[in-house]
Amino acid sequence: MSLNISLSPEILFYLGTWPISNTFFWSVVVTVFLIIGSFFLRRSLRLIPGKFQNMIEILVEGGYDFVEGVVGDKTKAKRIFPLVFTMFFFIFFCNLLVYIPGQSAVTIQTAGGAVPLFRAIISDYGLVFMMTMISVLITQIVAIVVAGPWKYIGKFINLRSPLKCFLGIMDLIGELAKVMSLSFRLFGNIFAGEILGAVMLFLFPFFLPLPFLFLGLLTAVVQPFVFAVLTLVFISMASDISVPEEA
Amino acid sequence: MDIEAARYIGAGLAMGLGAIGPGIGEGIAASKALEAIGRNPEASGKITPLMFVSMAITESTGIYALVVTMIILFA
Repeated sequence: MSLNISLSPEILFYLGTWPISNTFFWSVVVTVFLIIGSFFLRRSLRLIPGKFQNMIEILVEGGYDFVEGVVGDKTKAKRIFPLVFTMFFFIFFCNLLVYIPGQSAVTIQTAGGAVPLFRAIISDYGLVFMMTMISVLITQIVAIVVAGPWKYIGKFINLRSPLKCFLGIMDLIGELAKVMSLSFRLFGNIFAGEILGAVMLFLFPFFLPLPFLFLGLLTAVVQPFVFAVLTLVFISMASDISVPEEA
Repeated sequence: MDIEAARYIGAGLAMGLGAIGPGIGEGIAASKALEAIGRNPEASGKITPLMFVSMAITESTGIYALVVTMIILFA
């Protein structure tokens, strides 16, 4: 039995006393690559686009149209779009890195034994949790700014009737459960894909994992989209005060 | 009972019971989407991505069960 599965990412080396795990390392690489790439892309923008610029324009424009369709307001869409699209693109890019052939075989020798150099970046719960916290906190901040602090607190603590009090507590639990549901969905899907691939490779090499790889590719596209869309829906719901809360 | 045996039984129960709901839900989502495509084949381009997104959301309870199973087994 050579299956080694760990929930936490493996630690590659220590920077002083600060452990650098393989997912952290690769997420920094991806971030730097995306920043430099977009910087060069911005410098080489032409009025008559080339092939690459065309592709990126289709992606960004499609994303923007989708956001505007969901939010239904131009200024709001312009404010939300950068955050949501960055989330989508970062997670999507991280997921695609898994499909570089042969990367899972590379290991390096550390003090704790041989450690795989590469690991699916999103299968690190810490990263997913931080992104979820960004999404949830921005949702709450938008709700406070739009509705005002007293109305925001009044949504959760309402002592006018037992039913409203109960509903307020349920709302509070619902807000807290967003953290769990958003982060577990993304993390679980990617991590499950990794484990499924490993188990199938263990059972019958080369051919049995192929359909699961396609399934994983579908997950790699759909899950970032779901994460970004849910963030978008949460924020646009929080920013929408035209819907009456008292009913 | 041995603690190791209890872990395996717990993991199996968590995953097996947690897979029931998403299985039913995804089946309903797929059947309704196929029905809609059958009724209006031109709309399949719009229905299919929406179906995948809603299936991914339906799947999440199963994924929670899987995460819990993994924590029971490996953490």
